[in-house]
Amino acid sequence: MSYLKPKFRHPNLPTNALGYTVADYEGSISTLCAGCGHDSISSAIINACFQSSLEPHKIAKLSGIGCSSKMPTYFLGKSHGFNSVHGRMPSVATGASLANRGLTYIGISGDGDTASIGMGQFVHLIRRNVNMTYIVANNGCYGLTKGQDSATADLGSVSKYGAVNPFDGIDLASLAMLQGAGFVGRSFSGDKEQLEPLIRAAMSHQGFAFIDVVSPCVTFNNHQGSTKSYAETRENLDAMPLDFVPMREEITTQYDPGTTQGVTLHDGSVIHLHKASHEYRTNDRTAALNAVQMATQEGRILTGLLFLDPNSQNLNQNLNIASKPLNELGKNELCPGSRVLNSINEGLR
Amino acid sequence: MDPTDTADPEYFHKVVDCQFACPAHTPVPHYIRLIAQQKYTDAYLVNWESNVFPGVLGRTCDRPCEPACRRGRVEEEPVAICRLKRVAADFKDDVAEQLPKAGKANGKKIALIGGGPASLTVARDLAPLGYALHLYDAEAKAGGFMRSQIPAFRLPETVLDEEVGYVMDMGVTAHFNTYVDSLADILAKDYDAIFVGSGAPRGRDLPSLPGRQEADANIHIGIDWLSSVAFNHVDKIGKKVIVLGGGNTAMDCCRTSRRLGGDEVKVIVRSPYADMKASPWEKEDAIHEGIPIIDNHVPMEFVVEDGKLVAMLFDQVEAVYHEDGRRELKSTGEEPIRVDCDDVLIAIGQENAFPWIETDIGIDFSRWGLPILDPESLQSTLPRVFFGGDAAFGPENIITAVAHGHRAAVSIDLFCRGEDLSQRPAPFVNLMSQKMGIHEWSYDSETTDDARKIVPLVDLKEALNDRVLEVELGFDPQTAFVEAERCLNCDAQTVFEAGNCIECDACADICPTSCINFTQNGPEDELRSRLAVPAENLDQDIYVSQTLQTGRVLVKDEDMCLHCGLCAERCPTAAWDMQMFFYNVAKASPNLVRAT
Ligand SMILES: Cc1cc2nc3c(=O)[nH]c(=O)nc-3n(C[C@H](O)[C@H](O)[C@H](O)COP(=O)(O)OP(=O)(O)OC[C@H]3O[C@@H](n4cnc5c(N)ncnc54)[C@H](O)[C@@H]3O)c2cc1C
Ligand SMILES: Cc1ncc(C[n+]2csc(CCOP(=O)(O)OP(=O)(O)O)c2C)c(N)n1
Ligand code: SF4
Ligand code: SF4
Ligand code: SF4
Ligand SMILES: [Mg+2]
Repeated sequence: MSYLKPKFRHPNLPTNALGYTVADYEGSISTLCAGCGHDSISSAIINACFQSSLEPHKIAKLSGIGCSSKMPTYFLGKSHGFNSVHGRMPSVATGASLANRGLTYIGISGDGDTASIGMGQFVHLIRRNVNMTYIVANNGCYGLTKGQDSATADLGSVSKYGAVNPFDGIDLASLAMLQGAGFVGRSFSGDKEQLEPLIRAAMSHQGFAFIDVVSPCVTFNNHQGSTKSYAETRENLDAMPLDFVPMREEITTQYDPGTTQGVTLHDGSVIHLHKASHEYRTNDRTAALNAVQMATQEGRILTGLLFLDPNSQNLNQNLNIASKPLNELGKNELCPGSRVLNSINEGLR
Repeated sequence: MDPTDTADPEYFHKVVDCQFACPAHTPVPHYIRLIAQQKYTDAYLVNWESNVFPGVLGRTCDRPCEPACRRGRVEEEPVAICRLKRVAADFKDDVAEQLPKAGKANGKKIALIGGGPASLTVARDLAPLGYALHLYDAEAKAGGFMRSQIPAFRLPETVLDEEVGYVMDMGVTAHFNTYVDSLADILAKDYDAIFVGSGAPRGRDLPSLPGRQEADANIHIGIDWLSSVAFNHVDKIGKKVIVLGGGNTAMDCCRTSRRLGGDEVKVIVRSPYADMKASPWEKEDAIHEGIPIIDNHVPMEFVVEDGKLVAMLFDQVEAVYHEDGRRELKSTGEEPIRVDCDDVLIAIGQENAFPWIETDIGIDFSRWGLPILDPESLQSTLPRVFFGGDAAFGPENIITAVAHGHRAAVSIDLFCRGEDLSQRPAPFVNLMSQKMGIHEWSYDSETTDDARKIVPLVDLKEALNDRVLEVELGFDPQTAFVEAERCLNCDAQTVFEAGNCIECDACADICPTSCINFTQNGPEDELRSRLAVPAENLDQDIYVSQTLQTGRVLVKDEDMCLHCGLCAERCPTAAWDMQMFFYNVAKASPNLVRAT
């Protein structure tokens, strides 16, 4: 078993606007099971940050507990990171984003970490519209603790030990839409062509962006009868492809008229949604909820950008938090002195 | 593209860049691993089977393998393949007992004309089969140019004697001090086949340069002069020496001159420095010994005063490269440059010469004076006569002569047994999984970061005082280990089984050098351009799998693969496996040495 990745990289690796190669966004070698979907998501995040030319030291990775929550070790080795308690990443993320709104926050969680123990925190994170990208690596089980059914396991899905799941699974994407999330997507770890632009768009969105990623657990949930195996997911996948063009890039690709719709984000970036024949409207919450529901009933896994409100007000805007990160404020700003205190007190009389 | 046929042994052979580039296809990574394991004797025997002169080649080989080495593509310097070969020779035990002996006489008799590496290889390959081998050479010992040309400070005589001895001791009948002046005479004897390994013995001259005749006493043809030095007929030269030419012979002439009293030795060459034929390391060695290399100077005249050579005149030129690849040396029009000298060595190339082969005995020659041969069997237009080494296609090097020797021996054996020469025996190949456990390989898959190790040298002053003192000291075992570990094990092949692949992307994600792609198939040019990092090195193949479940194919660019095994480690279904590929060129005698 190799614990180190060789130092050598392809000498012709492309560089991004910052002069970095994709290798500058890598982390330690993964200790997850060989073939785990989570590793593909790590790789998609690495590529997304590289392509969007984000500065690694201006990214913070946050996670809870689970195989999925171990992922941040395996990408962005030069970024900030916080591995929190099981299901408690949302409160850490909320605090961090209030304290320093200058960073890009990437939360990584699992279906157990989010839909079971962390459900309470998760819902409030949405409600408060914390400015972050929240990715659930959804494998329908507790991978780290040997594959027990999780709350997202589909009704009727058979566990590795042969038990049929008697409960309806929680659909986190629908829940996020219902709860008012401004950006909701779904994807599949094996579909990087869709996942990478989706992550880039989510990181550009100025508010809470949620992506539910079906991410097969090869060890405990990749057998016949599982609804979240590689084969079953591919079989039922109904993918809506998309492209992402960040604001500083010129739009060069020509699309056939009528096949694409463009959605502009608050920072000027554009998401191009293909297969407009679906007549899918990303800005209509009710229609989106309907479409997801329809797909589920028909046994399809609808993936892509499900819902987007580019103009939602995030927590920092709502609370009118200082525009500078707290660690950049000087003594005079943090401790303005008795004159200001007196004037505040005056105001309260 | 069609799926790659890895059942064709040439596909994986090409992946082992060094072995593929070696004219004798020495299993390089295999012997490098043996060196890392301190199995020097085994490493030596693997070499000896392939190239007959490991100790000689470990010091003198032209090293076509090293520019090909993959390590040179992923970092600055290739593995020191050549000097590791010397390590095997330096630290081996006595191997005499493990070498094959002459076989039981089979009643066939072969004449070998010339005792260089080509003839000696033919002898080595045929002796175990029971052929009677008669070797003719004009000199007193076998070895050819390895003895007469390569200076002892690069190749000690003891090393040469040992390895020539291993061959001669296999019952070869020597006719030394015998210049063959008529092939017809040899044909008249009852030889079943004749191998001509007489080399390219004529050094080029500058016969019409003004002053050539008058200054003749101080003008020497490089290769004639080197052999006179080697055989102790010459032991000094003037203080100021000009060496004309830019090849390896020029480098040996100038370095030898420095040891025979030449204080001011200069190499003067027509072409720009970068275009010189000499290997980069030979140029470095000369410069290290205080010899300036003056380029872009075309000889104009030998200046003779009072009947004696005193200087040479040169025209300064500039190289102009035309679009059709032609190079023109254009005079700058400046005054000729005068360089004073006591002696001049002309080392501007060699030619083939066969004054001893009669024109009417059925051996046809081309316009350039080279024999017309079947390129594979090396058979001449007179079926009984075969050629190899420098005599076959012009001056090359030792390892090419050895490779020819193997081929000629196979041909001669087929010929003597009355078989079809075009039915060549297939190479011996083997492909074996290296899986030891879930993520465990039986080869050392980890890649190290060490830079290439430099071979230590003897003190320069000492070296220049002693013509036969070997300059290079060779690696010690510790350094050899570090250098051996730099080898990427390119023979540990990534073998893909499309039916097992669930397209989880794990291999593509982990691959450090971005070799692996899952994508739609297409025509090769277009497919190459679409990979994660476009596959622009057309010398390297791309592997294309059978169509996968999603309708895509797996495409692997062989160019930058580190053979680190991570793809196979990260594969959940063992669709990838690391398998050791062994490839060995067929020799006339199979099983020459105990397999390791
Ligand atoms: C100065 C110099 C340095 C070199 N250095 C290197 C080096 O470092 N590494 C390398 O790989 N290569 C080197 N070479 C090239 C290498 O020596 C030759 O390519 C190689 O030796 C050719 O082998 P061969 O078997 O064809 O013949 P040769 O080695 O040339 O041997 C031919 C033999 O045939 C004999 N002979 C010829 N005609 C007759 C005849 N009619 N009757 C009897 N005997 C005859 C000659 O006496 C000679 O012994 C060098 C060459 C020169 C000139
Ligand atoms: C407070 C607490 N309760 C329970 C656990 C045990 N535990 C560890 S990981 C895990 C579930 C992880 O599931 P998920 O988030 O889906 O991650 P996966 O391993 O499937 O990627 C549980 C219950 C724990 N570590 N801490
Ligand atoms: S147990 Fe499952 S989720 Fe955890 S690393 Fe292994 S495959 Fe991935
Ligand atoms: S790395 Fe080793 S096996 Fe690969 S080409 Fe170089 S010497 Fe040969
Ligand atoms: S062995 Fe596999 S992982 Fe390693 S460089 Fe080659 S293709 Fe990539
Ligand atoms: Mg899970």
